[in-house]
Amino acid sequence: MSQEIDVLVIGAGPAGLAAAAAAREAGCQSVMILERDDAPGGILQQCIHPGFGLHRFKEELTGPEYAQRFIDRVNELQIPIQCRTMVLDITPDRQVTAISPERGVQLFQAKAIVLAMGCRERTRGALMIPGTRPAGVYSAGTAQRLVNMEGFMPGKRVVILGSGDIGLIMARRMTFEGAKVLACVELMPFSSGLKRNVVQCLNDFDIPLLLSHTVTQIHGRERVEGVTVAAVDEKRRPIPGTEQYFECDTLLLSVGLIPENELSIKAKVPLSPVTSGPTVDDSMQTEVPGIFSCGNVLHVHDLVDYVSLESEVAGREAARFAAGSTPVPAAYTLVKDGFGVRGCVPQRIRDAGADEKVAISFRPADVYRNATWQIRAGENILLKRRAMILTPGESQRVELPREQFKGIPEVTVEVVMEEKK
Amino acid sequence: MICIGCPMGCELTVTKDANGEIVVEGATCGRGKTYGKQEATAPERTVTALVALEGKKRPLSVKTAKPIPKGKIFDALECLKTVRAKAPVKIGDVVLSDVCGTGVDFVATENL
Repeated sequence: MSQEIDVLVIGAGPAGLAAAAAAREAGCQSVMILERDDAPGGILQQCIHPGFGLHRFKEELTGPEYAQRFIDRVNELQIPIQCRTMVLDITPDRQVTAISPERGVQLFQAKAIVLAMGCRERTRGALMIPGTRPAGVYSAGTAQRLVNMEGFMPGKRVVILGSGDIGLIMARRMTFEGAKVLACVELMPFSSGLKRNVVQCLNDFDIPLLLSHTVTQIHGRERVEGVTVAAVDEKRRPIPGTEQYFECDTLLLSVGLIPENELSIKAKVPLSPVTSGPTVDDSMQTEVPGIFSCGNVLHVHDLVDYVSLESEVAGREAARFAAGSTPVPAAYTLVKDGFGVRGCVPQRIRDAGADEKVAISFRPADVYRNATWQIRAGENILLKRRAMILTPGESQRVELPREQFKGIPEVTVEVVMEEKK
Repeated sequence: MICIGCPMGCELTVTKDANGEIVVEGATCGRGKTYGKQEATAPERTVTALVALEGKKRPLSVKTAKPIPKGKIFDALECLKTVRAKAPVKIGDVVLSDVCGTGVDFVATENL
């Protein structure tokens, strides 16, 4: 009944594409990708702006261009991508149920699975903004898809809540398409987006960035007619008397991304409360044997270049698992978040593995200037890095030899000597 | 101006000294000095945009093959409105050549 596959990859975004190619290059002959969209490429299809690939290809590409390089590679390797296919269920023993208009219900039995479903945007519901429920409130990514891929403009006068990179990018896109972007409103005292995007998407077009402000009310019955914006205090509570009204027909939300782990939960994969993604070892294997995870479903990335790198590890290791050639680790080193550090990935490092180097990444919890961060095992400092600035908008990544962790039960990644701004 | 070289976002002040030499102050690294000079004298941007695709509802994404002067962004977008691309299109195909006398082409950034 069920089709047998060695490495089954869920999702044909940048993570799934890189993982599948790496699995095949590691010698696995039976690799397949399932994708729910009409075409591969994932979110990159709608990211038509430049800035991708500087690390990977040493040149600046747009999203579709970056994706195409990996789609071409997957095609060269003759890896089947089955689009318009929604995975409904994954069991801990790696049975996969999928459904598509062309093939109906399909059952797969995989030797290894790579979870590469990506993330989705936080919605209005998660923010609890008071007011009516008119049309015209979109997540920034939805607006991005409507404008860039489907040829619709969501509105003419726009306010953006949240200064994440997608919101900033959409401020420029909407301006280019003839809309007036009135303001970008950010709850925190700093933007969570890249500096370059603040400058080139807001400042270039004189769009004000209102830091420590939030939208306190949405007005309009059928369609958005305006929003009320107020300053917030240090506890992020609106300050009475600071309200200002913006007349607009559209509110875009760029207020955070959540890894999309419904399938992981069905497969009984334990998740980290910090990253909202699976807890993994350095091979990107979750705590369920044979189920691997990479890309934004594992933890939200800033740069696709690192998604590709991480996913190649997952794909390679999934191929090794399927071939039964994964060494059984005798011990693990646990990786803990220390002061100023959130969401270290991986959460544990095996004492044995085919790759000699192990990558650790994390997100700073706050803005720290002239800071040092370190990896510490008790009194012993394994690595020390100085940084002129650490910000939550820019995750940090380092590669270390596996040997350095041998015999160490636990390391802590932490910020020290900070001069908090 | 704010430097975009890294998340520091140094506040740069760019002036000319008595000899007409450009002086960048406030940069904490060499990249900042280079950026400040370029941005003050000849700011440039790679422009990414959309162009209508004949017979299709969805647009085609394009970019300027090289950065163009910042002051010409909206002229370039205006020029693009007069163009219709025809499928099949491949990445790198020229959609509009010599945009507004810049010598730079708009090229396709997706295969459609």
